[in-house]
Amino acid sequence: MKYYTYFPGCSSSDGNSMAYGHSAQAISKVLDMELMELDDWNCCGSTPYSSIDELSSFCLSARNFSLAEKRGLDLVTPCSSCYVMMNRTRAYLRDYPQVRAKVDEALAAGGLEYNGTVNARHLLDVIVNDIGYDAIREKVEKNLEGLKVACYYGCQIVRPRLGFDHPEYPESLDKLVASLGAEPVPYPLKSQCCGGSLIISNEDVALELMKKLLDSAASSGAECIVTVCPLCQTNLDAYQSRVNKKFKTDFHIPVMFFTQLMGVAFGLGGEDLMLKTCIVPVDRALAKYL
Amino acid sequence: MESKTQKISFMDEVSAIPGGEGIRLCIQCGTCTASCPNAEKMEHTPSQLIAMVRADMRNEVLSSNAMWYCLSCYLCTVRCPRGIKQTDLMHALDCLAVREGLSSKRTHTPVMYRSFSDFVYSLGNLSEVGFMALFYLMTNPLRAIKMLPVVIDLIKHGRLRIKARRISPEATKQLEAILNKAETLGGV
Repeated sequence: MKYYTYFPGCSSSDGNSMAYGHSAQAISKVLDMELMELDDWNCCGSTPYSSIDELSSFCLSARNFSLAEKRGLDLVTPCSSCYVMMNRTRAYLRDYPQVRAKVDEALAAGGLEYNGTVNARHLLDVIVNDIGYDAIREKVEKNLEGLKVACYYGCQIVRPRLGFDHPEYPESLDKLVASLGAEPVPYPLKSQCCGGSLIISNEDVALELMKKLLDSAASSGAECIVTVCPLCQTNLDAYQSRVNKKFKTDFHIPVMFFTQLMGVAFGLGGEDLMLKTCIVPVDRALAKYL
Repeated sequence: MESKTQKISFMDEVSAIPGGEGIRLCIQCGTCTASCPNAEKMEHTPSQLIAMVRADMRNEVLSSNAMWYCLSCYLCTVRCPRGIKQTDLMHALDCLAVREGLSSKRTHTPVMYRSFSDFVYSLGNLSEVGFMALFYLMTNPLRAIKMLPVVIDLIKHGRLRIKARRISPEATKQLEAILNKAETLGGV
């Protein structure tokens, strides 16, 4: 059994990507890993907070680290935005003594201190590097042979150079998908941005980026896209109809979390994986395997 | 004798901000601009923005819409041959623009970011429904109607919860104390 402290982030806990958190817990049981949720964690603040008030945004993550230090285990999140914010905070507190002093002072007002002893890791990193492809392959009950998958990383899981995969041409998710028996298709845009939260404030800009991603996946013959980030999934899935409307396209590409696809291969049921929360239905692509 | 009140240059101001120091290293090669998925939407491209900081164009830079089109995808950062952390620089300029009350009115992104942050500040957690409702109310309530099909899809698939997760009252008080203290410390 491998033990971790778990940081679901707002979207994957009870937000609109709760299927991600749910399926992550379901597959972690199969893989003999324990994801124990951090008590009373707060939002990482994501890009918005760090664009309004950086110091406060560092304090948000520093509080979570401080709570996690009591247990001392790696802090694992399935969300790319939480992942980047936590690592950004760690880097600033390490590299800028003046930022560290201010964050220490703010934390002290809440009776906490930060020691920098806990690493922040993405769930994909933990699964491919601590558990490993061979162990994953051993747990496969339903080989996904024949399923063509576009492996979409998005940006913040690999950039800025966070270490566990290539910043522009990552491969860990492709290898993971292959270990389930499925076929990762060539996907040149796999680490391009989906438009992020600009979908809310500048919809047209984000839809254009999404159209390129959907186009590239469709032209590679992908039957589905798998993602590692709540916002990427929401954008590509919930706004796919908006892309179709704006560009007069006819995309019907299901978009799943990688944990959901792993669950299907492990023979888990729909309840554990919450596949019905996918807005573009997954039934046709997964008919042979469910 | 030089005057003691001599104004510091905008470049000195930006390079004193953690994350802003790289501005001195730029060779204007344009790699950041060529890599940016949104460069063509910006009033000033990332490399122009750096040149403008160095030309002391403080107001023009801080009121540009450019930083608010940054997606934080960090492609510029990993490609810069001078090792400039361009995305961090964008965040630093965003925060400075907010502090000075100069953030661009030609994009809704500053308001969206503010609504998001306000929710996190008061709940310690993001309420997706609350935050979106607040944002549309503050900008263009009519656009909310256009978004109804997406909202209905999310509800039909069980993905929207009105009630946000709440952290315990003690944790809420603790977070409030931390963030209130942080606000008195004058930014990074």
